[in-house]
Amino acid sequence: MPTLSERILAGGAGEYVDREVDRAYVHDGTGVLTYETFRALGVTEVSHPSRAYVLFDHIVPANNSTTADLQHELRHFARSSGLQFSDIGGGICHQLMGEGIALPGEIIAGADSHTCTLGAFGAFATGVGATDMAAIFASGMTWFRIPDTIGLFLSGTLSGGAEAKDLALTYVARLGMDGATYHALEFIGDGVSSLSMDSRMTICNLAVETGAKTGVFYADEVTRAYLLSYHHETAVQDPPDCAYSQEYTFDLEAIEPVIAVPPRVDTVRPVDEMTGIPLDQVFVGTCTNGRYEDLFRFASIVRGKKVKIRTIIGPASKNVLRKAAETGVLSDLITAGCTVLPPGCGPCLGAHMGVIGEGEVCLSTSNRNFRNRMGVGGEIYLSSVATAAASALKGEITAPGGVV
Amino acid sequence: MKIEGHAVCLPADIDTDQIIAGRYLRTKDRSIWKRHVFEDLDPDLAEKLHEAVIVAGKNFGCGSSREQAPVALKEAGVRAIVAPSFARIFFRNAINIGLPLAEAEIPCSDGDMVEIDLTAGLITVSGISRDIRPLSPRMLQMLAAGGLVSHWRQKR
Ligand code: SF4
Repeated sequence: MPTLSERILAGGAGEYVDREVDRAYVHDGTGVLTYETFRALGVTEVSHPSRAYVLFDHIVPANNSTTADLQHELRHFARSSGLQFSDIGGGICHQLMGEGIALPGEIIAGADSHTCTLGAFGAFATGVGATDMAAIFASGMTWFRIPDTIGLFLSGTLSGGAEAKDLALTYVARLGMDGATYHALEFIGDGVSSLSMDSRMTICNLAVETGAKTGVFYADEVTRAYLLSYHHETAVQDPPDCAYSQEYTFDLEAIEPVIAVPPRVDTVRPVDEMTGIPLDQVFVGTCTNGRYEDLFRFASIVRGKKVKIRTIIGPASKNVLRKAAETGVLSDLITAGCTVLPPGCGPCLGAHMGVIGEGEVCLSTSNRNFRNRMGVGGEIYLSSVATAAASALKGEITAPGGVV
Repeated sequence: MKIEGHAVCLPADIDTDQIIAGRYLRTKDRSIWKRHVFEDLDPDLAEKLHEAVIVAGKNFGCGSSREQAPVALKEAGVRAIVAPSFARIFFRNAINIGLPLAEAEIPCSDGDMVEIDLTAGLITVSGISRDIRPLSPRMLQMLAAGGLVSHWRQKR
């Protein structure tokens, strides 16, 4: 039986196919080069403006006049071409596409490596570069080499202090940073049904850290209910018995809180072995862990207490921020001493707001801890939200201790 | 398609943040990328890339999808990159901008002359030849045209 990727791309693993792209998106970082290349193609009109999205998230609001000028130009292109546009403050591109836009069975291309996040919806979603994206804007099509699929079988439910991020870091460590290059990941098994859509997005988000083209969940009742809240009637996708090129099993009960040690995402250790490392900054946010579920969890741990070190919270979208405001989560965060950023990528890419200095150490809920990513000479440890909260309260890496 | 250049050896898992750091992306001035390529890895490396063939370990170009990474390498004078495997977005990006890639495992010492014959699927270093994983016909056409943009313009 075909895997979900083969089903959506309509062909067998290894085949090269040309396919229409259902949704294509760029952000302010990749949009400029996309737009320039689009112009270089000699094309004047975007072929399907209703399927093309420009979503500002990387450096929002603009940090200097160079960025402002580039954003000005891209904003003009988006508006004058009739593209779907989200300006500063809207949120992170992958999150916005996951708020009732990406649908099961779709082919989605994003000019950003973490486009795989949207595999959570049973879509084939993958990152492309600016030139590929320019050609997609121009023609509505692109080519794919249909990937082999690695099956990740999940059983049981997460327990104790462990959350979806711990599972994600655990599977990245098991597969390694290039363990799934040219492959797709498929998350299946009876452990899936207990995972919320927010958690599934976190799990799919890290697929690219194994080199995978995408990571997918089959759309089930959880997906259906989530999309129904955005007024989409969708069908479930039944997982058949597929032939996977490799298989891994994960008992969710056995997943424990972990930390990815710089500078590699696949160097993962139990938090218990890392406790006591002094921190300068904690950052909670990004397309990995900036959703409502995450802010809620963080707030429930720090409520009524004070964080000991500078702690930055970046809501993944305006909707996340609004919900946090409505439910009191936001005021809990502020009262606990956190700094709340406008929705967007924030310090994740080391461009502005929360850049770390030489020799500084940040515990982040993001997905990459490469050398110098958040600031030259700084170090990034990656963790779950609960670990970040416990650590913010102590000022050093601290196990969440089951407090969720 | 034949390419020749002196080897510059690099380790495995070179990510695109190392190729060109995020702080240099917000510009249209390509000469900036060329100047800062590999800056955090080795500030002297950029100068050695003129007419070079990078011979790297596995998983070259992992991480961020930034197309500025292959552009920076091309602008700095890199003629081709050889590695046992590439991160897939980097792979597409490089071909799209007309920077040849060869998937092969070869021993590397800095300065060796490397010859790549993409059409024949062969790479030769110090008299020893190895097979490279063949590129699809579409990729070869794209490289021969100098990248996706010129290939596109030729077709129309
Ligand atoms: S939050 Fe970080 S990883 Fe996610 S899209 Fe933004 S910069 Fe990339």
